[in-house]
Amino acid sequence: MDSGVKRVTAFFRDASLAHEIKKAIDKISDKIREKKGEDYVIKIMNFCGTHEWTITNYGLRSIMPPNVELLAGPGCPVCITPAYYVDVAIRLAMDGVKVYSYGDVYKLPGSLYRQGKLPRSLAEARAQGGNVEVVYSFLDSIRSARSYGRDSVFLSVGFETTMTATAAPAVQGRVPPNLKIINVNRLTPPIMRYIFDNVPEVRLNGVLAPGHVSTITGAKAWSFVAEDYGIPVVVAGFEPIDVMLAILEILRQNLAGEAKLVNEYRRAVTWEGNTGAQKIIAECCEVVDSAWRGIGFVPESGLKFREKYAALDALNAYGIEDIDPDKWSYDIPAGCRCAEVTLGKAKPTDCPMYLKGCTPSNPYGPCMVSLEGTCSVWARYGGAGIARKIAEELGIDI
Amino acid sequence: MCLGIPARVVKTKGVTAIVDMGGVLKEVDASFTPVKPGEYVIVHAGIIISKLDPKTAEETLELWKEILQNLQS
Repeated sequence: MDSGVKRVTAFFRDASLAHEIKKAIDKISDKIREKKGEDYVIKIMNFCGTHEWTITNYGLRSIMPPNVELLAGPGCPVCITPAYYVDVAIRLAMDGVKVYSYGDVYKLPGSLYRQGKLPRSLAEARAQGGNVEVVYSFLDSIRSARSYGRDSVFLSVGFETTMTATAAPAVQGRVPPNLKIINVNRLTPPIMRYIFDNVPEVRLNGVLAPGHVSTITGAKAWSFVAEDYGIPVVVAGFEPIDVMLAILEILRQNLAGEAKLVNEYRRAVTWEGNTGAQKIIAECCEVVDSAWRGIGFVPESGLKFREKYAALDALNAYGIEDIDPDKWSYDIPAGCRCAEVTLGKAKPTDCPMYLKGCTPSNPYGPCMVSLEGTCSVWARYGGAGIARKIAEELGIDI
Repeated sequence: MCLGIPARVVKTKGVTAIVDMGGVLKEVDASFTPVKPGEYVIVHAGIIISKLDPKTAEETLELWKEILQNLQS
């Protein structure tokens, strides 16, 4: 690893600093307990799959005091991609159109497979002779489609961060005419607002705002969390120290009775964000109401190519209808609790399918697919405070 | 999914740049982030989404350490 990158990473993984922060977290949480009572739990939700990964991989949930709970929110764009668009991509691939997909989306189940009408995922479609290619970036698919020269489609899944990668070549006219885009990109501030407004049972005391989404939107995108909802919010980076500092700041604000927006990830995130990227996304797309798997239609949460760029739209090019809000259901398979997991209403371990009929190698529900889906992260690293339980059994004080 | 990979810019080439990601050289989109060789950036899905400033990183960490000390006193 490059020495500059290594230096920054080492700072934010420093064990002695982690111990200091842990002590401060314990101290403040004790004061909160004295003030609010034994049963009052501070709930902090993350809105980024990478934060859930950091929390789980580094065992941060296990070292939290009993009155601090870390919840995973809808921070994984793969998990909330409606099965309808997956089925559209699978059908195109089976009809011979080349479908480019991020590796994260490759195993995502559609829904028509349950009626035996289509392969289950793009991965299965490929195994059955469908025309599917996994790419790292939209640039790779442009390069490939240009030399391929025949009908191709890119399944564009992601939040603001990923939309930037799709929008740049689109606006700059670098997309070859044989390559179309299924635009399933979604916006994060609207889903946060949706949770605050519509899921009252998830009473939040703090929000970890997504760091890499914020490089595009700017820290300013989250000021509404503190101002309109009175919830402390911290833009955080993805090393363990980043997340621990953010948790500490949220606890401090809770104790002081404050609700402010703090940018912990200043080394990458500015207040205004990447204005060039914001401009280019607005240039090619309009904001529309859109479907989130397991959640529903969320107002002003999706992006659709504007008239001027309609030629890029795969649904348009192939005469495929978009989702009709009146006919669409949450499209979660029977017995799967991903809908509740996505909204922070249930933990992966509450689901009867978890690690039984649903595993990372053979996912049943959407949260088990992406490497950053909550169920997949928990399945690989454990997440239910297992370390605390083991330590208790061994009589170790943590 | 919004995984960001820290990298160092090796060479610029119009709207793209060659970056070093932990030893792997990769051509990435540099449309919105004007960069110079030697600068640090965060790359997501083949596009530079922001610059990464090691100096700010050190400064913020010092700031947090101060806050931490105040909290414990």
